[in-house]
This record gives sequence, C-alpha cells and structure tokens, in this order.
Amino acid sequence: MAEHDDVREPVLIAEGASAPAGLPKGLRRVPRGVDEFATEHLIVNMGPQHPSTHGVLHVLLELDGEEVVAAEASLGYLHRGLEKLSEHRRYHQIGTLLDRADYLSGVHTELAFARALESMMEIEVPARARWLRSLLCEITRLSSHLVWMGTFGMDIGAMAPFLYILRDRDAVLDVLEEITGARMMFNYVRPGGVLYDITPKAEQMMLEFLDRFESTYLPEYHDLLTGNEIFRARVRDIGVIDRDTAVAFGLTGACLRGSGVAWDVRKERPYAAYGELDFDIPSGSKGDCWDRYMVRMEEIRVAGGLARDLLDGMPEGPYMAKVPKVLRPPEGEAYASVESPRGELGVHVVSDGSDKPTRMRLRPPSYFNLAVIDEILPGHMIADVVAVIGSIDIVLGEIDR
Amino acid sequence: MALDRLTGENSVVFTRSEQLLDLARRHSLWYLMFGIACCAIEMMHAGGPKYDFDRFGIFHRGSPRQSDVMIVAGTVNKKMAVSLKTLYEQMPEPKWVLAMGACACTGGPFRDYPNVILGVDEIVPVDVYIPGCPPRPEALQNGFLELQKAIKRRAEERVDAGRGEDRG
Repeated sequence: MAEHDDVREPVLIAEGASAPAGLPKGLRRVPRGVDEFATEHLIVNMGPQHPSTHGVLHVLLELDGEEVVAAEASLGYLHRGLEKLSEHRRYHQIGTLLDRADYLSGVHTELAFARALESMMEIEVPARARWLRSLLCEITRLSSHLVWMGTFGMDIGAMAPFLYILRDRDAVLDVLEEITGARMMFNYVRPGGVLYDITPKAEQMMLEFLDRFESTYLPEYHDLLTGNEIFRARVRDIGVIDRDTAVAFGLTGACLRGSGVAWDVRKERPYAAYGELDFDIPSGSKGDCWDRYMVRMEEIRVAGGLARDLLDGMPEGPYMAKVPKVLRPPEGEAYASVESPRGELGVHVVSDGSDKPTRMRLRPPSYFNLAVIDEILPGHMIADVVAVIGSIDIVLGEIDR
Repeated sequence: MALDRLTGENSVVFTRSEQLLDLARRHSLWYLMFGIACCAIEMMHAGGPKYDFDRFGIFHRGSPRQSDVMIVAGTVNKKMAVSLKTLYEQMPEPKWVLAMGACACTGGPFRDYPNVILGVDEIVPVDVYIPGCPPRPEALQNGFLELQKAIKRRAEERVDAGRGEDRG
C-alpha cells in the first residue's frame, strides 16, 4: 500500500458547488469501494427518442462505468391534459379522449369510465353487453400483450418476434375492425352497453384466428423467445422485484403477479362477465424479468381461451340498455377499475349533477409500475436497463395523460 | 435491363446529377424510428409484414443522423417540442417531415389544451400532412407516395430553373 499513499481521497462534489479544475461538466467524483481509484460518474439521458423506451420516456441514468448507480424517470413529454379536457367535455364525448390514454388497449379505459358512470346512474347493463365487453377486453389484452412481446424481444436484441407479432396483430385488428369499425380508437364501450352487436362474420373471423393462434402462432413465439438461450440469459435474475417491494410500490398487473402475488381485478372485484367465467390467474415466484415474461405469455394463452368461452356462451338479448341521450349523473362520485393489460386501471368521476364531470381522474397502472425503476435499476448493467423497462410494459399515453 | 432494351447495349444516358440523386433519394426514404403517441403503433404496423414498407425502400433507422424522413407520429407538447427540434436539426440534408395524424397536423382532439402545440409545422417545416386519428397504414403509405412525387417535382423544378424555363 505504501506506493499508493499519495492517492488523494476522492471527494464528493456537493450540489451547486463548482467542480475541481480539469473535470468536465456533468462528471463528479465519488468514493468507490474495492480499490482506491475513484471513478467519475456519468449522467446519461436515455430518451425521449430511444427505440427501447416505448414512446417518449426519458430516463436519467447515473453510471459508474457500465453500472447504474441511480435512475430517474422524467415524465411529461406526452402530457396532453386528458383529465382537464374531460372537465370540458360532455360524458359521451369523453370516451374519445380515454381511448387515446392507453392506446394499446382503449377498450379497458372506456370500460372503466362506463362502469363508473353506470354505478352513479344505476344503469343495469344487459347480459349480452357484459359478455361483449369481456370479449373485447380479452381480444385487446391479447393484441396488447403481442406488442409488448415483440418490443420486449426487440429490446433484448431479437428482431424476428417483432415481425411475427405484427403479422398476428394485424389479424387481431381485422377482427376488431369488423366488430367495432376501428383498428385502434374504438369508442365501443358506451355507458349502458356497447355500440354494436357482434356480426356472424366477426365471430367466424375470431374463431379462425383463435384456431391459428393456438395451433401455430403461440408455439412459434415460444420457439422464438422462450426457448432462446440468449434471451433466457438476458432476462433471468434481472430486475428482481420482491414481493414486499411490489406491494409497497402499488404495482398491479403482471408486475405484481410476477412477484408471486396472484391478485387480479377480474377475480377480486369481478366486472363485466368475469364473475361467470372460470379462468386461471398465472403468477410467478421470483419477480425477475423472466417471471414477468412468463406471466404475460400465459395471459396471452388464457385470453385466447377466454375469448373462445365468451363466444360459446354469449347470451342472447339486447346489447344496449335504455340510457338518456344526455347523461346527467346525480351529484356524487364513483370509482371503477378494470384489469387492463398493464394492471389495475381505475377511473374516478366526480359529478355535480350537470352534463360534464367536475373532476375525472385516471389511475394509470403504468405510472405506478414505472415508479419502481428507481428502486430496482441501481446495480444493473446499462444493457439490462432496456430489459427491465421493457419487462414493466409501459404506455406513455396513460402515464403522462 | 429494361433501359438497355430501350436504348441499346452499351449506350450512354445523359442526365442531371440532381435528377439522378433524387431518383435514388426518393426510393430509399429511411425514416427515423421515433413514435410519440398512438400513431406510432400504426407506424409500426406500416413497417410490418402486411403493409411491408420495405418494398418501397422505406425503412426505419434508430438514429436521426442516418435518417431522411421524420414521421411526427403523435401529439407534440411544449416539453417535447424542444427535443423534436433537436432531432430535426441532427438529421442530414436533404430531409423531409411527415406530419402523421390529427395531432401533428393541427393539435387534434387535444388542441384545446394550452400545453399542446397546434400542429408540428410551428416547429419544423412539414412536407406532407396525413389526416386521420390515427391514420391507417394505407394512409401513411399514401403520404409517402405523395412525398416521392414532391421530391420528383422539386428535382424537375430545379432542372427547369437551371435551363431558365418555366413549366407554368
């Protein structure tokens, strides 16, 4: 050690203090454990334009070499005032805005809003409408998870799955278009029921897709990704969220179930037709990226099975209740939540008795799920950052609102 | 080659360099992989196997420094506008901008909100506007075909200007 005696003690530069001469701006010295050499920390801006941030997420990463010391998400690049604009729209106009919140699965946001209104106005939803809602929810869950799977694979470095899911998602979107008339922005679930009945053609397209999906597509995905040695090495033991952390951060959806808590709004607070259906809630044990991946892959399979059950058992009858042309819920408030592909998606509506809400708030699952990266990213290598963010499955539209 | 059959083998073709370059440019429009909001999903589908933009030479790149076209796919707000302009400035000339969807054209359903930019043409010059909320991949395809026409037109105008002619 004698020859190292002259090594200067590393200094931590306090906030606002000037850096020592010769140290570039943005770099600071902090003590480093194993040897006496101090390394300079580098702050890297990841995003808002980055292929792996799934939109316009901006993450500030403090790096020590290749290791992440601290991570912080910077939000607001897609803030477009959904909640505030809703206060200036009539109730039946709000669905248009809510579709654009979680743009991968618009039906879920519409459904949460419709359920909040129905509980305030005490509207009884016909059975067929409830089953159609569940059917649409499961199809969009399937299509949303497909996008997640493709982009997650692409983050890890597998380009092929992305092209496969686009092929299959186009088939799903064709079915959705046949049912609702739109590929993405459905505005299909209305307070009191749904907009259109399902046509025999749509039913047949759906069944054809499910046949192909279960016999060919799903095994293909598992061949492409699940059995891929490189993929396994990249996601196993990465981004571990333990049970307590998951609960403490208010995670929902696959992020929570991956950590071993089998909690699902569809089971805990059944809505639409889920009370009458029998289905599994897949869950993991360890809470790493691999568990979250497997939970979502199982959910894709379960969603396909559920869609089949819903088509089989679809009750006859009206698909829309009698609701007034202008919705005026009585004074009061209501909260309703659904299990969106990302977790518990809630809508809280406060009404003063007029035709516009006094306040409308979304509980976006991605927002709470994203918060956990501050906790779990430190200690990972920089290449694992994209894997962790990818496994959380965020949609910036609902985070920034 | 078809040209050989028209002009005979080992023939010499005279053309303006600018016209030749623009012929190449409009058949390899690489766009910046930069999705802002909902329209980005349709942009993804446009690059997928069903619509297959690759057959027009249209392909995505991850870096603005390797891109020719920027597709503004989504709502741009005041915070994003700064990054958007930086990205545009990083792209090498010649470069083009497609405003995809109602938000990028005018602010769309969110134009009442003060934080939202009323059309991306307030920040960067836009070549083609694609209406829709969101536009279907076919609409984006049409936008690219319009852009190709615009590039061709520009090359012809430049040649005419060089000749001192006006096509009227």
